[in-house]
Amino acid sequence: MTMTGIAQLIIGATDLAAAFLFMYGLKRMSSPVTAPSGIFVAGVGMLVAVLASFFYVFDVGAAAQPHLVVNVGLCVLALILGGGIAWWAGRKVAMTAMPQMVAIYNGMGGGAAGAIAAVELFGAKAPGMTQLVVTLLGALIGSISLSGSLIAWAKLQGVIKKPLRIRGQQYFNILVLLGTLAVAGYLVFVAQGASGQLLPMPQLIYLFFGCALIYGILMTLPIGGADMPVVISIYNAATGLAVGLEGFVLGNPALMIAGMVVGAAGTLLTLLMAQAMNRSVANVLFTNFGGAPKHKPSHIKGSLKPTAAADAGIFMRYAKSVIIIPGYGLAAAQAQQKLYEFVKLLLAAHVSVKFAIHPVAGRMPGQMDVLLAEAGVPYDLIFQLDDINEEFKTTDVALVIGANDVVNPAARTDKGSPIYGMPILNADQAKQVYVVKRGQGKGYADIVNALFYADNCNMVYGDAAAVMTMMIEAVRGLGAKAAA
Amino acid sequence: MDFSIQITGFVALYIFMLAAFAGWVIIGHVPAILHTPLMSGSNFVHGIVVVGGMFALLNAGTVQEQAIGFFAVLLGAGNAAGGYAVTGRMLAMFQTSGQKTHHAKRGHTKASHPKKG
Repeated sequence: MTMTGIAQLIIGATDLAAAFLFMYGLKRMSSPVTAPSGIFVAGVGMLVAVLASFFYVFDVGAAAQPHLVVNVGLCVLALILGGGIAWWAGRKVAMTAMPQMVAIYNGMGGGAAGAIAAVELFGAKAPGMTQLVVTLLGALIGSISLSGSLIAWAKLQGVIKKPLRIRGQQYFNILVLLGTLAVAGYLVFVAQGASGQLLPMPQLIYLFFGCALIYGILMTLPIGGADMPVVISIYNAATGLAVGLEGFVLGNPALMIAGMVVGAAGTLLTLLMAQAMNRSVANVLFTNFGGAPKHKPSHIKGSLKPTAAADAGIFMRYAKSVIIIPGYGLAAAQAQQKLYEFVKLLLAAHVSVKFAIHPVAGRMPGQMDVLLAEAGVPYDLIFQLDDINEEFKTTDVALVIGANDVVNPAARTDKGSPIYGMPILNADQAKQVYVVKRGQGKGYADIVNALFYADNCNMVYGDAAAVMTMMIEAVRGLGAKAAA
Repeated sequence: MDFSIQITGFVALYIFMLAAFAGWVIIGHVPAILHTPLMSGSNFVHGIVVVGGMFALLNAGTVQEQAIGFFAVLLGAGNAAGGYAVTGRMLAMFQTSGQKTHHAKRGHTKASHPKKG
């Protein structure tokens, strides 16, 4: 057997093993008990696939032969640089910054798929029209995912503070997309040599990638922060799809399978997120939510009743049951550790404490679950919307921390409200509601929250971490007095 | 024996269809509490694109191809290594109240995890 044959055998076998390990790993990740081993299994698959890829050196074309040593050196350098920096950043970053980290890693994957397509296009390597169309499609999706994810990162990181919306933006975006597709169409149907090969047209290829990248930026700019769970999920699916398509072009089934599995999984997750907001995916992407004329709520009675953090803390200490509803404000204030400290005091005083998580609380799907887990909250105290919503009626205190729209009863009652129909946590049905909030501002959807004006609701103003500290001190103070 | 892989036409569509179906079924059973690690985990899985980048770079015959190939491997490796790091950290935190609580700290690592890069 030739060296080429041996190399092909090794690469084929390890890629097959990697594809299996990815799917088996993802399967194990579907339960909290087996999940840590799931990512380890998938990691082993990735490691062997990367190592085996060095056997490609025995199977390179004649044009690459003289550059082989340099290419291997570049390859090792890129792996160490890219992998090392990303590994270091991923280990160091705060848990609250997780959504933007996932966004940036996702953009890198999309960029890699786009770059592979660029090598194919510039080298005119696609052997036929099918290959060329698939290459271009993967390049388009990968590029949009790269620039779109970077914008999502900038928004989540706070580099870009406000959604950028200009008049006629939708039409302009459509024009840019049509322009990109027109260039792609020209490459497919016109720029062919006699043998069906792509003519060398670097300017057009640059134009194609430029337009695709700009479209990704324009598409993401107008989308607001609270819609980021859906956006990150979409780009995750998009990168998977782009990787799968480039896998077809390279004739690598491992890329095809891994890419498509992620594409399908990401699509499912996107639909779940959109469903949780009672909006379609298209509505999230193409409507300027919150940009509509201000909605005047007709029937808000009562007034905002501020109360001291210490009083609220002591009230909860003597309650029988408390349900806590965390939102993005908890993450922004990094207050998850303090919150769990307070919860442990309540649990020690035999108060029943549960956490209620809305599917779109935070900036990526399930972000609140991860933050609470980081603080050490056992996951059997954490409940999802459908499992806990009936319990509010029989609960003494609902403690809302940094959440707003997900507890707005207008979603149930006010047909004119922009969030009407969205499933919400029925915090208003608890006997007493405390809302921890930075100030009197409105939520992301810019709607007045009737809950805050309800008779059974008191506001605790302040930074979530500072408020939790005051509550802890108040409850500890009680214990100290009793002991004295 | 010939071990080269050729995928054409309908074979590709069959692979895509089955893989998409597998992804849909695997994710369909994941509880909402694991949505973030799962998204991050699937984000890691499409880091396999680094293998395609290595193929492109090792087959590069011009400086332009070397540059773009380098870029592809750099980004792909970042996707894979970063995705693994954050997913592993997140999953290490999940515990029930029955388990002895050793609080997951920031930067908590398992020494046995291999470093990719």
